[in-house]
Amino acid sequence: MKTQIKRIAIEGNEAAALAFKQVNPDVVAAYPITPSTEVVQKFSEYVANGEVDTEFVPVESEHSAMSACIGAAAAGARVMTATASQGLALMWEMLYIASALRLPIVMSVSNRALSAPINIHGDHSDAMGARDSGWIQIFSENVQEIYDNIFQAVKIAEHPDVRLPVMVGYDGFITSHSEEMIEILEDDVVRNFIGKYKPKYTLLDVDNPIAVGPLALTDSYFEFKVAQAYALENSLPIIKQVGKEYGDLTGRYYDVIERYRTEGAEYIIVAMSSTVGTAREVVDTLREKGLPVGLLKIRVFRPFPTEDIINALKDAKVIGILDRSMVPGSFGGPLYHEITSAFYHYEKRPIAQAYVYGLGGRDITTQHIEKVFEELIDIGKKGKPNPLTYIGVRE
Amino acid sequence: MAINLREIALKEEKLVSGHRLCAGCGASIIVRMVLNAIDEPVVVANATGCLEVATTIFPFNAWNVPWIHSAFENAAATIAGVEAAYKALKRKGEIDREIRFISFAGDGGTYDIGLQALSGAIERGHRAVFICYNNEAYMNTGIQRSGATPRGAFTTTSPAGKAIPGKPQKRKNLTEMMVANGAKYVAQASPSHWRDLMEKVKKAVNTDGPAFLNIYSTCPRGWRTPDNSAISIARLAVETGVWPLYEVENGKYKINYKPPKGFKPVEEFLKVQGRFAHLLKPENAHILEEFKKDIEEEWKRLLSMEEATNK
Repeated sequence: MKTQIKRIAIEGNEAAALAFKQVNPDVVAAYPITPSTEVVQKFSEYVANGEVDTEFVPVESEHSAMSACIGAAAAGARVMTATASQGLALMWEMLYIASALRLPIVMSVSNRALSAPINIHGDHSDAMGARDSGWIQIFSENVQEIYDNIFQAVKIAEHPDVRLPVMVGYDGFITSHSEEMIEILEDDVVRNFIGKYKPKYTLLDVDNPIAVGPLALTDSYFEFKVAQAYALENSLPIIKQVGKEYGDLTGRYYDVIERYRTEGAEYIIVAMSSTVGTAREVVDTLREKGLPVGLLKIRVFRPFPTEDIINALKDAKVIGILDRSMVPGSFGGPLYHEITSAFYHYEKRPIAQAYVYGLGGRDITTQHIEKVFEELIDIGKKGKPNPLTYIGVRE
Repeated sequence: MAINLREIALKEEKLVSGHRLCAGCGASIIVRMVLNAIDEPVVVANATGCLEVATTIFPFNAWNVPWIHSAFENAAATIAGVEAAYKALKRKGEIDREIRFISFAGDGGTYDIGLQALSGAIERGHRAVFICYNNEAYMNTGIQRSGATPRGAFTTTSPAGKAIPGKPQKRKNLTEMMVANGAKYVAQASPSHWRDLMEKVKKAVNTDGPAFLNIYSTCPRGWRTPDNSAISIARLAVETGVWPLYEVENGKYKINYKPPKGFKPVEEFLKVQGRFAHLLKPENAHILEEFKKDIEEEWKRLLSMEEATNK
């Protein structure tokens, strides 16, 4: 069933807010932070104008935002919030608690650098700081994907076999503030897709009292954590299934990764979020010149889609892994670590080159990407990678 | 509003046996009094602390009401979220029960690390009762000083040494901060005056907005007191003026206990507790004087506030 297509021009944050509005959650508890402020701002307007039935809780910090989301979700409400950067870092403690309590909170994150020095622009340091918190992490390439991912996030989070929080990331300013034409859905189509939320347990069922968040000592803590890890791993097929259902509805199909011209590609760049758009163009240009290049987009970073990634990259000669965050004291970024670890037990594996780029909103241009491909080809001839390369930095 | 002991005795307990709080701990007594004073169903949020860890050691659970713990500093924000969900679901017709919301935190989770979340929740007007069971130190981590620790008291981070004999600062006046913060109903209570305490709880849960109760809670481990003295020491705190019982309703102050023959000497309260033993030594007389001055000043202030707001 394809729905009637309506197109509008909208900024990334506004698209997130619009998606929130169409979900019409029970509770939004949020604190404004650049570059995600507009999400909360715009959503407050919807509340003020009576366009949603949401109970909006304008808390005094991001820590309290996530705490209130946890309380509300444990009370059986459909809950959403938005944040970025320091705000996500301030939530860190509560992110772990939200996922371990198996609460299906959905959060948009306008990815931004972390202090110090203070910087308001886009990179993935905030999301990568939260990568081990047990949340499902989905990254959006453009405004359309922000919009689409939020509906899918609700459905994934609340799926009875998942019951985990989901964060939907997109690049601060680059995507959060850029205006694009997107296709939007009718409200009733959204509501049909996400369905009515039926929590498994709720604090408000006062006749059947439950205890949420008790103390677990050495005899049981480990089992709780392993069960949680399994739940996260097991969400992968559900994420795929929801991406397909969403495609059947809209014509826009989503998988955990996206292979772009990787068939027969010897040199593949692996990237996330808006950089994928830039790289896509370079791949087209170089393919026209007859170079065997390709691109792999990682849409879902947690749970890490290991098998999909290995299948997409195993036949390449050299891969260049682009990380928009750094791990000081290490030899590459988080994406590089994950992919190279995944390949450890495979005899047939590509040479992997680590890149860190774009910190604090530093531009990544088509010229940069072209240079990366040049280097990958060179590495292919040499047979071994160069040390970690910082793209576009003055040293 | 009257409290009927016979009726209370017939009620089902909401904090039941099987918890592992210390013998003589004030917290369990307070929680039972609080929950038994409420007729409506309640949902409880609990900050990290003694009460939380000792009542819900998995797979055991001593709470006979829905209960949530998320972290140390955010019981107020957590219950705010629960209350927001309740409001939303009630508005959408998903729920029609009358439910009350309570957060319990110790003085650490209230005076110090939890202050921001508490202040925010009160300012936003969530209809919940925020209760501090105040044992005047971080007892769960081994008796460290908090903003609620009284002047001169020994704790493991304000030890009674030769150069510094106990905590140099007086207790932060959190009750007054909550009045200034805009809580609709604010009160200090003590389990020794159980009827007063339970009446205050009733008022608090029936307040259409945020309410704050600061309840004095003895700790035999931290205070170095006998297990069977929780209520008698709490009573001494009231009778010596260390813990005045008062309430502030719509800006009006009411002192609930005025000693007919004046306060008992504060030494009676101090001498039964190991945490104050050093204050009674001659070399620390100056701190004892300051301790007494703190009590006098607070009492004078309360009398004048009562007079000023009831004119």
